[in-house]
Amino acid sequence: MATDNFPIEAGHIMLFARSIGDANPIYHDADAATDTEPGHVIPPPTFVQASAQFTEGYSLRPEIGQPWFGSGKEPTGIKRESSGGGGGTGFHAEQHYEYHAPVQPGDVLKAVDKPGKSWTREGRRGGSLSFSESITEYYNQDGVLVVTARSVGVQTSRVVE
Amino acid sequence: MPLSKASLSVGDQHSEQVVDNLTRTQIIQYAGASGDYNPLHTDEIFTTQVAGYPTVFAHGMLSMGLTGKMLTNYVGDGRLTKYGVRFVAQVWPGDTLTATATVEDIREEDGVSLVDLSVSTVNQDGAEVVKGSATARIDA
Repeated sequence: MATDNFPIEAGHIMLFARSIGDANPIYHDADAATDTEPGHVIPPPTFVQASAQFTEGYSLRPEIGQPWFGSGKEPTGIKRESSGGGGGTGFHAEQHYEYHAPVQPGDVLKAVDKPGKSWTREGRRGGSLSFSESITEYYNQDGVLVVTARSVGVQTSRVVE
Repeated sequence: MPLSKASLSVGDQHSEQVVDNLTRTQIIQYAGASGDYNPLHTDEIFTTQVAGYPTVFAHGMLSMGLTGKMLTNYVGDGRLTKYGVRFVAQVWPGDTLTATATVEDIREEDGVSLVDLSVSTVNQDGAEVVKGSATARIDA
């Protein structure tokens, strides 16, 4: 999720809050937000995940002019080599945030990725499971650490039932 | 309204239904807002015919976002200091989710009053889909 330029924008916060069904005015009404404790619009607690929008080459966003693995004429736009039955999938297993300082529209965050641990174990539902952790630190335009994110991903060896 | 130390006890609970009959359209909304366009969440044909799942399913982060709405309604705006979850089970279109926070500890750290919460979100069958914890600043 690394990016040097993650602009915190009021419209983006509003769209994100709608998508999680959160009608709290602090996410979309700057006037109402002045009467709250923060005193301004703030993003919902999981908003920094949307830095994916500003991460170059993010693999889960179609790249202009490039084939995409979702369906079009065919069920997938990218034929993959058979991996012998395969069907394994990458999943998001855990997500953790620490909030250090306020964020508001107008801020421009920089996201810095740090390597984490990786480990493997046998799963009950999905065959063998390979876990990998990544840590992302979000700094504002003044160089203040505002959010630390720790993500754990898991790769299954077959379809999870 | 932020929580205050005097009004809280270990074991207190706050519950909210955070989505009723989750729609595929809401999953698409989340994809568009978050930037995670993985076809497993947005593309029925890919998901059923290529990936082998019965239908598309919600981003884990959508479940976490829905659960977070319950948390911020409970602890107040801008009060969270930590929030983390494990994605225990998939969330499918049609699911209705109820999120619950339980007070585990009320404590002081560097002169700041904090509440530690456990967090659990279950679907309409009572199956847990998200399990986690959170910490928030509270009034003394």
